[in-house]
Amino acid sequence: MSSLFKERKEMLLGFKALRSNKKAPQFTGEIPDGLYEKCPSCEKTMLKEDIVEHSFVCPHCNHHFRLRAAERLQLTVDPGTFKELMSSAKSGNPLEMPGYEEKLQRDRSKTGQNEAVVTGFGRIGGYPYAIAVMDSYFLMGSMGAVVGEKITALTEAATKRKLPLIIFCTSGGARMQEGILSLMQMAKTSAAIGRHNQEGLLYIAVLTHPTTGGVSASFAMLGDITLAEPDALIGFAGPRVIEQTIKQTLPEGFQRSEFLQERGFVDKVVNRNDLKETIIKLSRLHGMEAKG
Amino acid sequence: MSLPEMEKQIKGLQQQMAQITMDTPADEKLRLELSTLIANIKKDAYERLTPGDKVYLARHPLRPNAKYYIDTLFEDFTELHGDRLYGDDQSIMGGIGTFDGKPVTVIAQMKGKTLEENLVHNFGMPHPEGYRKVIRLARQAEKFGRPIINIIDTPGAYPGIGAEERGQAEAIAQCLMQFMELKVPVIAIVIGEGGSGGALALSISDHIMMLEHSIYSVLSPEGFASILWKDSARAGEAAQLMKLTAQDLKEFGIVDSVIKEPVGGIHSWPDFTTTQIREKLTEELEKLAAQKTSLLLQNRYKKFRAIGVE
Ligand SMILES: [Zn+2]
Repeated sequence: MSSLFKERKEMLLGFKALRSNKKAPQFTGEIPDGLYEKCPSCEKTMLKEDIVEHSFVCPHCNHHFRLRAAERLQLTVDPGTFKELMSSAKSGNPLEMPGYEEKLQRDRSKTGQNEAVVTGFGRIGGYPYAIAVMDSYFLMGSMGAVVGEKITALTEAATKRKLPLIIFCTSGGARMQEGILSLMQMAKTSAAIGRHNQEGLLYIAVLTHPTTGGVSASFAMLGDITLAEPDALIGFAGPRVIEQTIKQTLPEGFQRSEFLQERGFVDKVVNRNDLKETIIKLSRLHGMEAKG
Repeated sequence: MSLPEMEKQIKGLQQQMAQITMDTPADEKLRLELSTLIANIKKDAYERLTPGDKVYLARHPLRPNAKYYIDTLFEDFTELHGDRLYGDDQSIMGGIGTFDGKPVTVIAQMKGKTLEENLVHNFGMPHPEGYRKVIRLARQAEKFGRPIINIIDTPGAYPGIGAEERGQAEAIAQCLMQFMELKVPVIAIVIGEGGSGGALALSISDHIMMLEHSIYSVLSPEGFASILWKDSARAGEAAQLMKLTAQDLKEFGIVDSVIKEPVGGIHSWPDFTTTQIREKLTEELEKLAAQKTSLLLQNRYKKFRAIGVE
């Protein structure tokens, strides 16, 4: 019975993919196996296909499901154009932190990726970009030496090839298992962004839920254009740390995308369904030339 | 024996010594024995300091704060206030002074020595306007060709509502990016606590020196312990794992020089340490001044670029 459902689901996805002339998203991160899915925000139950078809956004309440890196790439990058860099780069355990290697192994199996960021070159609406996509399913998207190195290497390659850069950020911050080495990745990535900036090249930062700590206090906040998905948690300190420090509860909507836009730290809050179009429009507005 | 335990023991011995009021040969003898014992206990403890001890020393209430170094190392220091955008964050003290007769810009994270002072300086935890003051003063230094000396001593950037509203993350990120581009030499000195991104913002430099018993870490050992074991009381164990001492950082190539402290820590003999800082500053400033700007910037980039790469 369940295999019948699965077959039907795959057929449906295939259909929709044909119809929209794009490859069907095949990975599900926040959405576990099963045909139906309950939205964690409005608690309505709906067909999973409906969520997938809406770019993993709840059609009822606009809740943006957390995406896996592969899902983000499928939603954003033109099919068949993505060329990944450094996919085999793996973190060691430089501080010999107990339990760290097990956690890495667990999340490697869980995500099928070696690290919390996927980097490479690809096209978005025909416009060539250097692209980094972070994945919060891999150790909370935390930045250790390999994540820092991949983002730095990508940014340097973009500078060299005179390409615009786009980074989809999601991270709990520095990877504490790598101690001070992870902290230093903030310096390294920011330095590379600085050089890209000095060459007059465009960098779009897309902040998604959650973007906090060391990632927010480095490359995530250095975009020429900073976009954010609705209701994403974005901030330097985590809400719990703030509550413990000031000993009061935080106001509704604090550190969310809309709050940051209001305070002047985000250019535009964009629904995921409109994100690709927005990026394409911005590319055009920067005089870029579409290819293919 | 941990340092706090040792300090208690020494205090007890000192009290015993104070009770000897006579000057008979026996009293003299006892006095000498006690003071030798104290010296030995101290020497012994300082020879085998654990990372936990270093955390204790780095935050020691008697440890000199940034103000002490500003007064000792520089002449004619003139404080300059404000970020020109929002306000004046007094957890950061910045201004112009002279070192060896030449003007330099000094930017320092300020912890207070008393509760009153700490309320003014917010326990050395900057808000975004503090980091924006840092950037303003750094750009000013660049305009007038002054080298910059950053003094680092903070538990971290302040985690509060106002700090988030005014863009703590953005302010720190700008420090990181802009210091990398500054066309004047920058030297950073870690004098006590180097707490997380809040300390890193002042660390982008051509030479980082660190006092022997200061610490630098991705988060506090208490924070680390509470995440790892849900128990902040295990901070001592966390410190052991975290590799946060000056010696560890030197090994990682993050810190360029470690400045020795006397037995008992810098507060027991500050001149011992400040003399070395002065010598090192003279040496490094001279070296950096001789470098072409393009090479200076390239070396600064390369230094941070290499961290974490195997
Ligand atoms: Zn919903």
